[in-house]
Amino acid sequence: MTTVAKQFKADARRITRDLRHRGLILTALKKYEAARDARLAKFPDWQSARQTAAEIKWDAINHLDKYLLEFAAKLEARGTKVHWASTAQQAREIILGICRDRKARLVIKSKSMATEEIHLNDALEKAGFEVVESDLGEFIVQLRRETPYHIVFPAMHLVRGEISDLFHHKLGTPPTDNPEELTMIARRWLRHKYIQADVGITGCNFAVADTGMVAITTNEGNGRLTGSLPKTMITLVGIEKIIPRLEDLALLQPMLATIGAGQLITCYNALYSGPRQPDEPDGPEEFHVVLMDNGRTRLMADAEQRDALHCIRCGSCLNVCPIYRNIGGHTYGTTYPGPVGSVITPHLRGLLEWKHLSFASSLCGACTASCPVKICLHHHLLQNRRNAVRAKPVWWEKIAFDLFAFIFNRPWLYKLTKPLGRLGQVFHPLIKGTPLDPARAWTQSRDLPRIPRQTFKEYWRSRR
Amino acid sequence: MNVTLFIPCFVDMFYPRVGISMVQILERLGHTVDCPEELACCGQPAFNSGYWDQAREVAVHCLRRLNRAEVVVIASGSCGAMIKVFYKELFAGTPDEKMAHELSAKTWEFSDFLVNKLGVTDLGAKFPARVTFHDGCHGLRELGIKKAPRDLLAKVQGLELVEMPGPEVCCGFGGTFSAKFPMISTAMGEHKCGLILETGAEYVVSNDSSCLMHIQGLATRQHKPIKSIHLAELLAHT
Ligand code: SF4
Repeated sequence: MTTVAKQFKADARRITRDLRHRGLILTALKKYEAARDARLAKFPDWQSARQTAAEIKWDAINHLDKYLLEFAAKLEARGTKVHWASTAQQAREIILGICRDRKARLVIKSKSMATEEIHLNDALEKAGFEVVESDLGEFIVQLRRETPYHIVFPAMHLVRGEISDLFHHKLGTPPTDNPEELTMIARRWLRHKYIQADVGITGCNFAVADTGMVAITTNEGNGRLTGSLPKTMITLVGIEKIIPRLEDLALLQPMLATIGAGQLITCYNALYSGPRQPDEPDGPEEFHVVLMDNGRTRLMADAEQRDALHCIRCGSCLNVCPIYRNIGGHTYGTTYPGPVGSVITPHLRGLLEWKHLSFASSLCGACTASCPVKICLHHHLLQNRRNAVRAKPVWWEKIAFDLFAFIFNRPWLYKLTKPLGRLGQVFHPLIKGTPLDPARAWTQSRDLPRIPRQTFKEYWRSRR
Repeated sequence: MNVTLFIPCFVDMFYPRVGISMVQILERLGHTVDCPEELACCGQPAFNSGYWDQAREVAVHCLRRLNRAEVVVIASGSCGAMIKVFYKELFAGTPDEKMAHELSAKTWEFSDFLVNKLGVTDLGAKFPARVTFHDGCHGLRELGIKKAPRDLLAKVQGLELVEMPGPEVCCGFGGTFSAKFPMISTAMGEHKCGLILETGAEYVVSNDSSCLMHIQGLATRQHKPIKSIHLAELLAHT
């Protein structure tokens, strides 16, 4: 087992026993579910909306070459500097280079999973820049020096009291149980930073090809401030964020808000098409867009799983996933947790090191059923399992399944397993759940059914 | 109709009453029942674990034998999904691919077969109890079975169906997953047991014995007052 896999198991063991954690996540998600269902009911036909969204993203991903160039050309025509990064390191270097050239000291960021993916905050801090996250949830996890727990709700695992304590210790504010006051504390602190910041870094929800625009959606308005107050704005875009047409937003934005957060539409939806133009009252003096691959074209080369690039990072598959609900976001040890993370991480970061995530699923399919862009998530988990075995089978598993095939293909041998099973059952109570028990993985926490006097096949034979 | 029953290995071994009940019900409805003795497993454990070659070795026997049938009926949504949905993927690009598609078209999960193929819902069953129904994930999401078992339960005399808050929430079994990640599987099972207990029902019913094996195994260990019964067994009570 790889170290990450061992860590995953150890963390899963600890957190699944933590009943407080289980309760917390279930309560948080219950509220989300109620809001989501109410908003979903506003769609006259959610299933055909999903189909249309899937077709839009299919078109985008299958014609990525064309749409990316169109996107870049339109942006450049209005004075944006477009950069292309194949790897995380290139993306970091481009961004660090811009910050250095501008002699920046303070960098303010709005929420972006792509920057998490390349560990940008670390790199910026190591290079001597001060970095401040402006999304409230991200701000909180940054103060805790944690990674986001969820791709949409980064601080979902924390309760008010913990946030109040955190602010008290880190910012010196008096403890409070009032959520508005907590928000105001963060806001006051952040406003001050916005004014001082030299560079604003944002993510991108949708990269609109036909108009060359970056669409950014936030609930706190922090995306707008990050994009308009500092002189320099940098947007990091995973290349799969492309959508062909501006009008596609008419479906995708409400869809993202509904399934992602149970909202009709997110509060602030901004479109950036370039730096401040001569006739415009505000906006950054300089606008940089960094288009990043970082393993995405590798996923694209896999025809079976290419649709995983349709993902709009809504978080729905995490919310409905019974695994995610029980182990929480941090256990995955990846930037993208939950079903979508288990599907794409092996492609982005190496199959053999990350295959355990694809095995850590009951394949219930709740993710696939909920995905707004119809990614066949749980079937992709099965394909990752197959690919991992093809690349490097686990020796004892291979023996076990060779034996499995050997026994089940020989009816006489299979018949023998019954008396053997019955015999084993007599002695089993002596070793049940102990390290000697071959069925320990099951029997430590669950009972096994008993083999009855007559199996079905024995009944069938006796009838004839 | 000549109905060929496929009795999965664990139903044969641990839950013979499920198979026997199916035979009784189908014969009572006037059908001839056949059950190929040489078949034991659909190959799902190997398939789900990524060992597709071994899965194919086992599955090919099922495929060829079952394809001779007029219709195939299966006691478990999970094995049903394997044969109906995943064989097509498992045999894709092999000479047996066409056969996998043919078999898929004539394979039915038990409740789906009764309601949507035979058009019967009232089997004259009596079961005076409050029950709740658990939707097995494979039956629900791979085969789209949601209404058929409820239509059947609605006609059972004396039975009261109380839906639990999350009938579609996975019980945590997931085949080899339950042994590979027992801590996660157990936590999921505990959550499921909680949902079942909330209804105050005497029995949890499902069309998949594998889910019931997990739910019951956990409930018994944790002394939770949950009794489980497969839909076919319940329907055979007259
Ligand atoms: S895979 Fe689908 S459900 Fe999951 S985050 Fe992406 S778009 Fe949302």
